[in-house]
Amino acid sequence: MTYIQERPPTYTQEKPPLAESVDQLRARIPGWGVDLDPKDRPSVPKLRRIEGLTHAHWDFPQRQPEKWPRERSVEHKFLTPVFGTACPPRGVSGAMRRYAYKYSEGRAAHWVILLAADRVDAWENHLRSLATTHPDNPVTETGVLSEFGHRGISSRLGKKRADLPHHVLDPVIVAGPWILAARVAYVGVRAAWKRRH
Amino acid sequence: MQAMVYRGPYKVRVEEKDIPPIEHPNDAIVRVKLAAICGSDLHLYHGMMPDTRVGMTFGHEFIGVVEQIGPSVQELKVGDRVMVPFNIFCGTCWYCARGLYSNCHNVNPNATAVGGIYGYSHTCGGYDGGQSQYVRVPFADVGPSVIPAWMDDEDAVLLTDALPTGYFGAQLGDIVEGDVVVVFGAGPVGLFAAKSAWLMGAGRVIVIDHLQYRLEKARTFAHAETYNFTEYDDIVVHMKKITDHLGADVAIDAVGAEADGNFVQHVSSSQLKLQGGSPVALNWAIDSVRKGATISVMGAYGPLFSAVKFGDAMNKGLTLRMNQCPVKRQWPRLFEHIRNGYLKPSDIVTHRIPLEHITEGYHIFSAKLDECIKPLVVPSAA
Repeated sequence: MTYIQERPPTYTQEKPPLAESVDQLRARIPGWGVDLDPKDRPSVPKLRRIEGLTHAHWDFPQRQPEKWPRERSVEHKFLTPVFGTACPPRGVSGAMRRYAYKYSEGRAAHWVILLAADRVDAWENHLRSLATTHPDNPVTETGVLSEFGHRGISSRLGKKRADLPHHVLDPVIVAGPWILAARVAYVGVRAAWKRRH
Repeated sequence: MQAMVYRGPYKVRVEEKDIPPIEHPNDAIVRVKLAAICGSDLHLYHGMMPDTRVGMTFGHEFIGVVEQIGPSVQELKVGDRVMVPFNIFCGTCWYCARGLYSNCHNVNPNATAVGGIYGYSHTCGGYDGGQSQYVRVPFADVGPSVIPAWMDDEDAVLLTDALPTGYFGAQLGDIVEGDVVVVFGAGPVGLFAAKSAWLMGAGRVIVIDHLQYRLEKARTFAHAETYNFTEYDDIVVHMKKITDHLGADVAIDAVGAEADGNFVQHVSSSQLKLQGGSPVALNWAIDSVRKGATISVMGAYGPLFSAVKFGDAMNKGLTLRMNQCPVKRQWPRLFEHIRNGYLKPSDIVTHRIPLEHITEGYHIFSAKLDECIKPLVVPSAA
């Protein structure tokens, strides 16, 4: 029987040695070790009362007026005293969102319905925009024209980037639904035309 | 006012919106001087975060000048140059009283699992963000601070998220002297986490990414040893080889929901939205560290489930630590580090984009064109 004589540190109690000593590290790295003592680390310990950093002068904050029925998580006891007022829910996506908030955050239904509502919201707004003087423009709004002035090709070619295989999917996500909608509209109009003639 | 507006996945534009009003007595309205696009904004831009509504203005990294204050504001006055942490927080709830400002219970009616964040979907409270000319800042006596006269705007804006998050990530690693620390992701948070690991006494700092220009930055800015995972059959095995088959003592996930390195994981999360995020970097972290190690998660993930290798994490006896960074808690110490010359946050800025051209800014950052690491946004009123 042959015995292996080497004693690699990992398989004994020693830790593998470092290439640089503390003195070398301190000389090479500005500020090396200045926060070595956990007492100097602001988030240690995790739970800590910090005096004088904020200046709240209330025990419970005054309540912000609720200007429309604000959707909220059923895991909250009540509407929080302060909340954002961007983009109130409206349309089909709004109804979906209000429905999603009937489920707790612990239920996948809550998040899946919200994600579906996001897609419906995008379509509702695309369609609404067509009736305005500022319709959605998938070319200018994707910023894809910056490919020409910002090294679109040379930033990718020969760079061994791991994200290139899915870059080709991005245009499908942006343009796919538009092409699909155009196809559905074309088929619908053609069918109606045929029925009349 | 001009503001960036989300129009659906991969689409944003600049629109005219009303200047936000005071909604609460402790609100302030801030005229934005400088904002930034964060890597986590790309999750919104790609339509990954549930309840991201068309019409919302993104932007949780910004500084500005106080334009208007509500009747109960005592600490700020009109004209103050202020930096605003990305967290919105009340200062007095159970969480805030214990320093967990990012987990404030009084600012986000939409979810209990996350606090309030500017411009980060309704899941984070439904607040418009700072990629605009003006922004509403709730709890003006609590979150914002007047920027010290010696600090320049670009350093200040990076103190609203990216630098504190990287510094916080290194703290959650519980680094002790001589630890081998591996950071996944050489974006802004990863660069700052690597830099911070040295401050806490790391003996070796390794950064993993697939973008060569970012790895170059990790070498020059963060003094790190770097590896491009595309050059190895299996980056986990390589990590074991370069650590004498022990594994790193600490790993920091600074990538989050759109990690590359596994096509199926990426597409199922980023494109198909079937997962809360692509946990490629997190799984590599779990497998690359030694048994009994600590993993700090700074990458943002969505609220849906993700295919994380918890079996390995359990069997290896790992400690997983994570949170959104309580930004203001980091400021006093980070101010000292900047004054002492240990950190120069603005060294990572690569692009300064006028707000009117933010559409291009998002595409450049998302597609990683032009060696983009950190794009700043400059509103025309600045």
